[in-house]
Amino acid sequence: MAINYSEKIPNNVDLSGNKSLQRALEHWQPGFLNWWSEMGPDESTNFDVYLRTAVSVEPKGWAHFDFVKMKDYRWGIFLAPAEAERKINFGEHMGEPAWQEVPGEYRSTLRRIIVTQGDTEPASVEQQRHLGLTCPSLYDLRNLFQVNVEEGRHLWAMVYLLHAHFGRDGREEGEALLARRSGDADNPRILTAFNEKTPDWLSFFMFTFITDRDGKFQLAALAESGFDPLSRTCRFMLTEEAHHMFVGESGVARIIQRTCDAMKEHKTEDPVKLRALGVIDLPTLQRYLNFHYSVTSDLYGSEISSNAASFYANGLKGRFEETKLADDHKLHGSEYPYMEVVGGQIVTKHAPALTALNERLRDDWVADVQSGINRWNKIPEKAGIAFRFTLPHKGFHRRIGLFTEHQISPDGKILSEAEWTRSHANWLPTEEDRAYVCSLMGRVAEHGKFANWIAPPPRGINNQPADFEYVRFN
Amino acid sequence: MQASVTKTAEPARTSFGTHPDRYAHWRMSVDGAIATLAMNVDEDKGLKPGYKLKLNSYDLGVDIELYDALNRIRFEHPEVRCVVLTSARERMFCSGANIYMLGQSTHGWKVNFCKFTNETRNGMEDSSRHDGLKFLAAVNGTCAGGGYEVALACDEILMIDDRSSTVSLPEVPLLGVLPGTGGLTRITDKRKVRRDLADFFCTTTEGVRADRAKDWGLVDHSAKPQAFAQAVLEHAGRLAASSPAPAAAKGVALTPLKCNIDASGYHYEYVDAVIDRAARSATLTVSGPGGAQPDTIEGIIKAGVAWWPLQMARELDDAILMLRTNETEIGTWLLKTKGDVDGVLAADAVLAKHRTHWFVRETIGLLRRTLARLDVTSRTLFAIIDQDSCFAGTLAELALSADRGYMLQLPDEPDRAPRMALSELNFGTYPMVNQLTRLATRYCGRQEPVDEARKVIGKKLDAHQASELGLVTFTPDDLDWDDEVRIALEERASLSPDALTGMEASLRFTGAETMDTRIFARLSAWQNWIFNRPNAVGEHGALKVFGSGTKAKFNWERI
Repeated sequence: MAINYSEKIPNNVDLSGNKSLQRALEHWQPGFLNWWSEMGPDESTNFDVYLRTAVSVEPKGWAHFDFVKMKDYRWGIFLAPAEAERKINFGEHMGEPAWQEVPGEYRSTLRRIIVTQGDTEPASVEQQRHLGLTCPSLYDLRNLFQVNVEEGRHLWAMVYLLHAHFGRDGREEGEALLARRSGDADNPRILTAFNEKTPDWLSFFMFTFITDRDGKFQLAALAESGFDPLSRTCRFMLTEEAHHMFVGESGVARIIQRTCDAMKEHKTEDPVKLRALGVIDLPTLQRYLNFHYSVTSDLYGSEISSNAASFYANGLKGRFEETKLADDHKLHGSEYPYMEVVGGQIVTKHAPALTALNERLRDDWVADVQSGINRWNKIPEKAGIAFRFTLPHKGFHRRIGLFTEHQISPDGKILSEAEWTRSHANWLPTEEDRAYVCSLMGRVAEHGKFANWIAPPPRGINNQPADFEYVRFN
Repeated sequence: MQASVTKTAEPARTSFGTHPDRYAHWRMSVDGAIATLAMNVDEDKGLKPGYKLKLNSYDLGVDIELYDALNRIRFEHPEVRCVVLTSARERMFCSGANIYMLGQSTHGWKVNFCKFTNETRNGMEDSSRHDGLKFLAAVNGTCAGGGYEVALACDEILMIDDRSSTVSLPEVPLLGVLPGTGGLTRITDKRKVRRDLADFFCTTTEGVRADRAKDWGLVDHSAKPQAFAQAVLEHAGRLAASSPAPAAAKGVALTPLKCNIDASGYHYEYVDAVIDRAARSATLTVSGPGGAQPDTIEGIIKAGVAWWPLQMARELDDAILMLRTNETEIGTWLLKTKGDVDGVLAADAVLAKHRTHWFVRETIGLLRRTLARLDVTSRTLFAIIDQDSCFAGTLAELALSADRGYMLQLPDEPDRAPRMALSELNFGTYPMVNQLTRLATRYCGRQEPVDEARKVIGKKLDAHQASELGLVTFTPDDLDWDDEVRIALEERASLSPDALTGMEASLRFTGAETMDTRIFARLSAWQNWIFNRPNAVGEHGALKVFGSGTKAKFNWERI
């Protein structure tokens, strides 16, 4: 059956006038809906959810709120408005007109980049699909679903690029994006972090705060791409990604708030006592932070990378805010610091800046995470509690890159295997921690009610009150 | 991107057309069943300035005349059964490729020169093997390097035993390069000279006189100077006796090809080579026969040089040579055809029906050698099978010779979609230099798919069927076509030309080696490597300092 494109799929890519795109989507869209019903949020089919839907790229159009069933969500295809006569802004092609079509020379590289980015979008939906059953409030449930449908839309955005610009290969990759499954041993998602479980809401908030922030930086670097459709797609995706990070940052902040309130009220810092009160003690939050931070850090890849260098030199992936940086945008002859273990010491070395671009993007992300941490720390500070969250050393708990072979403590000491074995339970969530957090996860679905371990938000979504009925179960 | 084409207004272009009236270096004479090609190089008429062609040495210009002479014998003198290759000089048969020419040439020029000379010599053996045209080398004087190599390409070698003339392959000790025109391969593979004797022979500069040459199998016969002329007649007569050439037949004159050369490329009647310099590609479009075609021998002979299979083959051959020699940066050739599939199949039926007639046989021979030339061309070959194409039978060989084939699908208009077709001629008439058909080579020696392909002879195959049979690589539909082809070409053009040449040459020939593939793959590949090394062409390299009185200085490192 023919699809009424502009009705069903809001877009600004002339979908109704593009036969090859229509053909590709006619095949893919049913596959996507099957995937959504199989791997999307569990038992949510009939819920009416107060969701924002992007219906255009105008400032008023990208945040249109209404109650919708998620299976009827209008997943749209939007590119940020074209910049007139945009040029390639970095690398060896700098100054040439930005590519409107895929340059054949970089076809496979660009396809790989887009597929790798695209694969993370459905992966996170899969990772989070059971969380709805243990939501701490309707407000949070709605936020989860908002994140989920927007990850779904980001998948559409990436699949659009594959369909519009990569012909048959692109269509096959589009199929494969629906076929892989997070955590499936035989058919896993591409990146390791996206095969980890998101078993509880603390993990979900940490994930959206930290891992979606990796998404932000990857998208930002791709938004600089000389391949203009990729750039424009990513620029629009970034507007939605901001909300995901807000969900994460405010989610953890509300947990901290609740814990600090309990600490003050009961005048205790003792985790055992706090757990007895049904809140999550701050050291446990720090351990979750350490885990998600280190696992996400691996997503940036090795500190020294020839792939990163060639992506940049070829104009495919820039630096964060490339066009705002004041240098030659070619990085000939410039250097960038990175850390490595040499003879039992962590030393700072310098590599050609081109090969250290992963590290540079990681550093940009670290600084952004740190600002979020600083905001969290205002909560205990305000409550007169001495505890402060800190980011562990970059070498801590790494599985990719130059620290892979070493055990590094959060404060940056090189440890023997024995020391690591003895101490890691202090730094990473233990089975006991996870079991405890899990034990708190019970469904709170009455509107206006919040689980005991998390504080209500200061305000609701789209100027609605916090106790608004964000999800109607029907 | 186009910097290299802006250097001079009109670079000197090499052309391959000539005529016996204009030969500077050869004398051709025909006496009944025996033709004699006597080398008599004019040392002042080198193709390029900077060297003299002393001692019956040759350059590309000399070899262009040899190639022309061979084709004229094939077509204009059908009664010839044996060609005697000799020298018009006293005591000097041929001293091989001119060293000063090699010393001053670019690497690319040397490689292309060697390829052409190899193809000409292989072509002599091809004519002997398939068409019964025999060759006798009448080595009437000193015969060195490339001189001995051209003699090796003959069926038999008769050498003068004058106590001073020698045959030799002195390239290694004298020049620091290889006997690269098949010499190193033919002495073992063809003449069965034991490898230790060959090792000695190839490292001695003075060579071997007739008695030892005969002992070792380097030549077949020897004769004293007084008896030499008679011996030539006897041996040539004996070789001629085995040939199927007609006793009396009127040849077909090879009139000059009409080629209009302009900024956009090389334009013949049935072959059009259009160059896109920015994309570094050329589109070679071969047109099928137009209008009514003769189907009787009388009609074919009447059409003569304008008979479509012959004219098309000559034009394609010339276009390949022109592009190879004059357009070295045009790295990708798109092979296209234009015309009617039925027309080509009908032409194939005529070729098959009359194949024992000398003129048809020679035309098939030229097609066979031309297609083989395509196989060893160091350019990316993509067959583009789009609307109005006629990749059928003989022309389907173009698609089969390509590194990839793209065939258009038109799901909404199946009647307008292009079709491919196979004919009987795809199953043995045009063997590659590995002595296998392109189909057999394509299927890597598996017989079953060849049998499957045989079942569809004469059927018009759409993209899906062609793909099922493994005849094409990709079959984008009309929605995908432009982008798929564009991207594939852009991607290809971005890759290292050296690596592509090596990769393509490796993938094009599957299965067992033959003498010819060993010449192209093993000997030429090594030679081309040596040609590029300082020990040959560096400031103190052996090829560079030859004749200057200074000794070559080598880097002794073995690699």
